Amino acid sequence: MRERVRAFFAASDALEVETPLLCRTVPAEAAIQPVTAAVDGHEHWLRTSPESAMKRLLAAGIGDCWQLGPVFRDGEEGTHHQPEFTLLEWYRVGFDHHELMDEVEALVAAACAGERTVPVAARWRWRDAFVATLDVDPLVADVAELRRASHEAGAGAVTGLAPDDRTGWLDWLLAAVVVPRLSAEIPLFLHGWPIGQAALARAEDDDPALAARFELYWQGVELANGFRELTDGAEQRRRLEAERSRMARQGEALPPLDEPLLAALDAGLPDAAGVALGFDRLVMLAAGVSSLDQVMAFSFRRA
Amino acid sequence: MATYSTNEFRGGLKIMLDGDPHAIVENEFVKPGKGQAFNRVKVRNLQTGRVVERTFKSGETVEAADVIDTEMTYLYTDGEYWHFMDPNTFDQIAADERAVGDSAKWLREQDTCEVTLYNGEPLTVQAPSFVELRITQTDPGIRGDTAQGGTKPATLETGAVVKVPLFIEEGEVIRVDTRKGEYVGRVKS
Repeated sequence: MRERVRAFFAASDALEVETPLLCRTVPAEAAIQPVTAAVDGHEHWLRTSPESAMKRLLAAGIGDCWQLGPVFRDGEEGTHHQPEFTLLEWYRVGFDHHELMDEVEALVAAACAGERTVPVAARWRWRDAFVATLDVDPLVADVAELRRASHEAGAGAVTGLAPDDRTGWLDWLLAAVVVPRLSAEIPLFLHGWPIGQAALARAEDDDPALAARFELYWQGVELANGFRELTDGAEQRRRLEAERSRMARQGEALPPLDEPLLAALDAGLPDAAGVALGFDRLVMLAAGVSSLDQVMAFSFRRA
Repeated sequence: MATYSTNEFRGGLKIMLDGDPHAIVENEFVKPGKGQAFNRVKVRNLQTGRVVERTFKSGETVEAADVIDTEMTYLYTDGEYWHFMDPNTFDQIAADERAVGDSAKWLREQDTCEVTLYNGEPLTVQAPSFVELRITQTDPGIRGDTAQGGTKPATLETGAVVKVPLFIEEGEVIRVDTRKGEYVGRVKS
């Protein structure tokens, strides 16, 4: 499957790149915990994604580029999660997120060729998907409505979720109801996410409250997350700082602000769209098995 | 009070929920890439045996249930309680009918059982998966019927009744699967 991916990008003239695993900082994201590593006694981090480094390459004018390599996320282990996994990440200069969705669909079909046929994907707006499966409007519904929708859909209560945690309830409904129902048979793209759930994405042209972000799911498994990149350095700084202050309030450890990324944006990031795809998960689905450790020679437990 | 965080969840872990001890049957980690993580678990209530599904926001902690599984020797029953002994400490405990349940009919003195203790008190008693017991009563088999694969009831020394093949006779020792209550084979004496 790696060969088919390599052939796909060779045919479309994207450059394969390699960026550091060991980083001086990682993007502040409350939902992603980096693995720390000490170098000469100084705190460093293993990359949670190659996004920051690849954007620096884009700003330096490298053009379309792709990378297949390991990333690390602390505290994530389960049938579909491993603390170390392989991410396929690529960027297309001049693409918007809709064009990139087309290409993601083509890549998935090409990568699975010979293993299994991939049905044509459905595309839903994030909001419409909630309305269709749960009959709630996720942009305006209050927490009481979301909890009721969860009960009615058989997804129940969640111990520990704060009564005012709207985003947490939306995450739960998405994972427990929306995605399993809509992506059971066919791949599903959800696009037009709330801007608050996409710290590095540009806003939709027609609605500043929504981000030009998409996610791909198949058979209930999240496969890819992509967006049209935010190129405004000042806006990016504001968003990263907002995320950092949110994390500080939750008492989470804060890696230093990603100044090299912000400098790259200030220097000028070309209009581009990028996506990260969980490669091991795609292998798992292509092989028709149900857990990542079935397609990894050494899962974390055996590393 | 000992607690477990959701990242310690795994099959078999004993936790307290709604005041009852539960055992985790299955633990599923659910997390959108950019979102909140959850642990969806199936738990079995150790008092009632009922299995329910519960969801926790990841990072939550729950109280550990003081439940341990221990191998004990069955001593005797006085009709109301079944008495067991820890073969290492010689401590004795008495389990009531609710804890012993269906296991009672398979217990023979000096057999080793798995006794689950909750706060030091017996919660459940699990008879050995296979026991070898002597038949105290069964009607003589009628020759010629064996080809039909017919069975007949046989009463064992513990009082349990199992179906055995027709050729089995009174006084023989048979091997029984206690989980299904089924005859497995004849034990040569």
